[in-house]
Amino acid sequence: MLFEFFAPRLRAFVSKPGADRSVIEDVVQETFVNIWRKAHLYDPEKASASTWIYTVARNARIDFLRKAVRPAVDLTDPVLAVDPIQNPQQQLSQAEEGVRLQRALASLPDKQREVLKLAFFADLAHAEIAKELKLPLGTVKSRIRLALGRMRMEFGEDES
Amino acid sequence: MIRHHPSDELMLDYAAGSLGEASSLALATHLTLCPQCRAANQRLDAVGGNFFAHPVEGTPGQETLNSVMARISSEQAVPRAVAHPLHPALPQPLRLALGCDLDAVPWKRLGIDAYQCVISTRDKIATARLLRIPAGRPVPVHTHCGNELTLVLRGAFSDLTGNYTPGDFQEADDRLVHQPHAEPAEDCVCLAVTEAPLQFKSWAARIVQPFLGI
Ligand SMILES: [Zn+2]
Repeated sequence: MLFEFFAPRLRAFVSKPGADRSVIEDVVQETFVNIWRKAHLYDPEKASASTWIYTVARNARIDFLRKAVRPAVDLTDPVLAVDPIQNPQQQLSQAEEGVRLQRALASLPDKQREVLKLAFFADLAHAEIAKELKLPLGTVKSRIRLALGRMRMEFGEDES
Repeated sequence: MIRHHPSDELMLDYAAGSLGEASSLALATHLTLCPQCRAANQRLDAVGGNFFAHPVEGTPGQETLNSVMARISSEQAVPRAVAHPLHPALPQPLRLALGCDLDAVPWKRLGIDAYQCVISTRDKIATARLLRIPAGRPVPVHTHCGNELTLVLRGAFSDLTGNYTPGDFQEADDRLVHQPHAEPAEDCVCLAVTEAPLQFKSWAARIVQPFLGI
């Protein structure tokens, strides 16, 4: 079920023009094996299944395609700072978070959504997106800031 | 109280997986210290998940499934818990990259009265290092041809753009001419990530390549 739903998405996510088919296959396999390996770490309260699978796939892509390392937060780290002012009742449910996120994304102008899509799906850093779209770097930065600002607004966080 | 946070574009590159290892180290360290940016980062992951949830044409691939099942059945699931020291000083991503905590950093002298420890990474574009600036002293003059990220870990520094205390994150490009000074109260320890100018050629080639279809 999970496999049938996500395998074509994963292949599309990893595929880039000119990418080696066997490398794509490696990333797809590695992602599913890691989903199985790390199943005990998945918390449905914190993230939707597609978000979690996205993060596992992204890490496999970095590993196999970029052959790079991506340092990440360890949530069990004793140094981890927790928000002292956060009221647990204000914490939105995962479903409510999802609804607000969809609403924010749906309300974005096409040009801003395009930049987000290129960032997540074409594996391009914002400077590379500027080259790809033949836009000044400042234009791409301002589209990113407007899009993320729109999301902050949806979640009731002030602009700063 | 953290007042200086990473920019939106850096947060996006990190969530999308296109940020290099050295800069990602600075981000992961800041995210450990900053609940606000950690929440923003989770939301960006959810944006990735959201694009991911859209239907895509294609077959799942029976061969892929067979290989995955074969690999899974030959493996034992061992949930590995990371053992943390009792009272670590540095965030875990940094301890992992350094291979030690703050009390064991192999400092090397840098200039007259500053110390550094270069952190070994596989990053070919940027270099990460810890800097220790004695209380009240200026940061040694350094040329940065590219962008520079600085994250305060201990003490504080100030320059014309403001005052930076533990957890604060500064992004400077090559246009910013600044002379940071450690605050007089205590030594300032920070993580600095600089783009290595010597690597610039290969970096440019890597960016151009995809568009030439090589
Ligand atoms: Zn922050």
